[in-house]
Amino acid sequence: MAAKANFETPAFRPYPVIPILKPGAMKGNGPFVAKPPMQEALGFPGELIDNWHDVAIEKMGELLKKYRSLRVYLDACVKCGACTDKCHYMIGTFDPKNMPVARQDLLRQVYRRYFTLAGKWFPKLVGAKDLTREVLDDWYNYFHQCSQCRRCSVFCPYGIDTADVSMAAREILDSVGKGQKYCNEIIAKVYKIGNNLGLPEPALRDTLEGLEEDIKDETGVDVRLPVDEEGAEVLVITPSADFFAEPHIDGLIGYAKVFHQAGISWTLSSSASEAANFSMFIGSYENMRRVALRIREAAINLKVKRIIFGECGHAWRVAYSFLNTLVGPFDFLDQRYPIPQHICEFTYDLIQKGALKLDKSANDHRRVTFHDSCNVARASRMGDMPGGQFIIPREVIKASCNHFYDMPADTIHDQTYCCGGGGGLLTDDLMELRVKGALPRMEALKHVVDNYGVTHMAAICAICKTQFAKVLPYYGFEMDQIISVHQLVSDAIVLSVDEI
Amino acid sequence: MGFWTTFYALSFYTATLILVLGLAYKIYQYAKTPAPLKVPTMPAPLTTGGVVVRVLMEVVLFQSLFRSNKWIWLFAMLFHAALWVVLLRHLRYFIEPVWFWVVLVQPFGKYGSFVMLFGLLGLLVRRLFVERIRYISSPSDYLMLILLLVIGGSGVMVSFVTHTDIVHFKAFMLGVMYFDWQPIPTDSILLVHLTAVILLMIIFPFSKLLHAPGVFFSPSRNQVDNAREKRHVAPWAIKQFESPPPVVD
Repeated sequence: MAAKANFETPAFRPYPVIPILKPGAMKGNGPFVAKPPMQEALGFPGELIDNWHDVAIEKMGELLKKYRSLRVYLDACVKCGACTDKCHYMIGTFDPKNMPVARQDLLRQVYRRYFTLAGKWFPKLVGAKDLTREVLDDWYNYFHQCSQCRRCSVFCPYGIDTADVSMAAREILDSVGKGQKYCNEIIAKVYKIGNNLGLPEPALRDTLEGLEEDIKDETGVDVRLPVDEEGAEVLVITPSADFFAEPHIDGLIGYAKVFHQAGISWTLSSSASEAANFSMFIGSYENMRRVALRIREAAINLKVKRIIFGECGHAWRVAYSFLNTLVGPFDFLDQRYPIPQHICEFTYDLIQKGALKLDKSANDHRRVTFHDSCNVARASRMGDMPGGQFIIPREVIKASCNHFYDMPADTIHDQTYCCGGGGGLLTDDLMELRVKGALPRMEALKHVVDNYGVTHMAAICAICKTQFAKVLPYYGFEMDQIISVHQLVSDAIVLSVDEI
Repeated sequence: MGFWTTFYALSFYTATLILVLGLAYKIYQYAKTPAPLKVPTMPAPLTTGGVVVRVLMEVVLFQSLFRSNKWIWLFAMLFHAALWVVLLRHLRYFIEPVWFWVVLVQPFGKYGSFVMLFGLLGLLVRRLFVERIRYISSPSDYLMLILLLVIGGSGVMVSFVTHTDIVHFKAFMLGVMYFDWQPIPTDSILLVHLTAVILLMIIFPFSKLLHAPGVFFSPSRNQVDNAREKRHVAPWAIKQFESPPPVVD
C-alpha cells in the first residue's frame, strides 16, 4: 500500500527507550513554500522580502506585546529537560532540534539577542544569536516539524507551550514572505470557494444527494443531508473531508442518521462548508477571525438556533476555545445549548436520554480502540466537567459496540500522542516526518492489537483520519483500520421508518 | 569605615534596587501584556478557585514536572524546598528580636543546606551527563548552578568550618538596613558568600530565574476553562476588529 519511500519507517521498539540524538537528522529545506498569489490572498508579502531581517524582528516585537504567552514562555524556560523526550517527532526522528525546548530555542535565541539585556551584552554566555539567513531557514524547517499538539506543554513545569511558539514563528515567517504552501493555499481556498478541498457548491449538493441515495439503498429510510436550509434548528459545521473520502464520509452519514433519529432539523452551509481553520496553524489571529466569521454569518443567514461541529480536532479547538472570542457574542442562538456544541456531545446527550436505539452487535466484527486527538484532548473540552473530552467520545463508542479497549495510559487522554500529521503538516512533501512522527501512536496501537485483538482505531479528527489512512500501511497495518466514531454510531443505530 | 564595609553596603543597596525594580518591571510587563486567546492546557479548572489550586500545585509541588520526569523533580524539589528553609533561617540576620518561629527553623535551615547542595549537584550532574540536557544547555545554565553551589558551599563553610562571627555580621546587616553602617567581618569565605548572593540578586531579573514570576503568568496554567460561557477578548483585538462592534441582526 505504502508508496516507495526514500526513508526508513522506524522499527517498533521492544520497550520505550530515549533515543540517542542524531543532530541534523531532519535538517532540510522544509515543506514547499507558498506561491505569491496564495501569500497575497492572506495579506502577506508574496515572497521573501529584501528587508526580511528588520521586518522579522519588528514582527517579533509586536507579537511580544500582543501575546503574554509568548513573552512568558520565552523568558521562563530553565532548560530543565523535562520536555526533551516528550515530542513524537523527537521520538521518531532523533533530531535534537525536535526536542520541544530546542525548537523553542530557535526563536528564543533571537529573542534574547534583540530583546534582552543579557543577550545584547553577553550573547555567547546565554546562547543568544543574530537572526541570520541560516537561522531563518532553521525556523522554516523546524517550525514545520511541530504539529502544535501541546504534549510538551502538559509536561512543562511552567506550561510552556511549543504550539504557541511555533505559531508565532510561522506568523513571523509569513510576515516576511516565507509562508508554507500547504496551509496558505488551503486558507486561500477557503476564502475563494468556502472549504479546504475547494469543493464548489454544486459538487457539494451532488455529493450529499448521492449520500442520501446510498443511505436509502442500504437502509430503506429517507435520511436527509440538507444544505442551506433556512430556518433549520441546527447548523452543522464539519470538515470538508467528511464530504469527500473514507473513513470521514461514514462519520457524516452517522451524524445524518443521529439527526434523523432525534427528529431535529439541521443543515449544512455552502458558504461555510468547512470546519477547519488552518489560520490557527499559522498563528494568524486576523485570518483565523476571517475564516471563523463565515460560520457566524452562515448561522445568521440560515436563522439557525444552534451550531454543532463535526469530527475535527483543531476545528474543535478553534470552535470551543476561540469562536466566542473571535466572532462572538452569539446572543442570537438558543442559549440553552452550549455554543458551539460538538457532535459527540449531541449524540451522547441523546444516548443519555434514551432517544437513540443502538444495536451494539452490529459492530461485533470490530474490536475498537480510541485515539484522543491532540486538539480535542489538550486544547478543548466536551460536556460540563474537565476531562469530558475523554469520557464522552468513549461513551459514544461503548454505546455503539461491545468490544472497546484503551491504549496504554501514557498514550491517551492528555498524554495522547499526535497522529503525526496535525498542525498543518498533512502534506505529501512532509511524508518522512509524518511517518516517523507516528511511531509512538503506532506502538500503542500495536500493543492493543497484540494484546486484545483490536481491529480498528476510531478518531474524531479529519487530520488524524487522513494521516492514519496514509501511515498505517507503513507500520504493517491496513489503511481502513482507522474509522470515524460516528461510523460506529451509524452502523449501530436502528432507524425508525415512520419518523420523517 | 573600611573599604569592604562601604563596598558591600553599597553593593547590597545596588543589588536590592536592581532585583526589586527589575522584577517589578517584569511583573508589570507580564501583567500588562494581554492573553488574547483562551489557551489553558486541558483539562483545566472551570473556576478561578480551581485555577488557584492548579497554580499552587505547580508552584509548591511541581505537579507537571512530577508527571514528566521523576529525577528532575526529585533534585529540583530538594533544591527549592531546602532553599526556602535556608532562606527563612537567614531571616534572623535581618530582624531583631528574632521571631519565635525563625528560631525554630534554625536547625532545619542549617542542615537543609546540605540537601540544597545535593539537589544542585544532582541537577548539575544531569546537565553534564544526560545527552539531551547537555544539548540544550548554554554556558549560563551551568554558571547558574555553579553560582548557587558557591552560595550554598560557602554558606556551609561559614556555618560548619570557619565559623564567622555572626553577631558581628548581624550588626553589619542591620546597619545596612537602617542606614547606620557597622563594620563587616572580613573573613574571605563570608565575603565570597556575600559576593555570590549579590551577583545572584543582580542577575535574577535578567535571567531564566524569571521562571519564578513567570510560572504565575503562564496562560496555559492560569486560565479558567470557560471559553464557551464567557467571552474573552483582548483590548487590541477589540480595537483592531470590533470598533464598531459586529452587527447582529
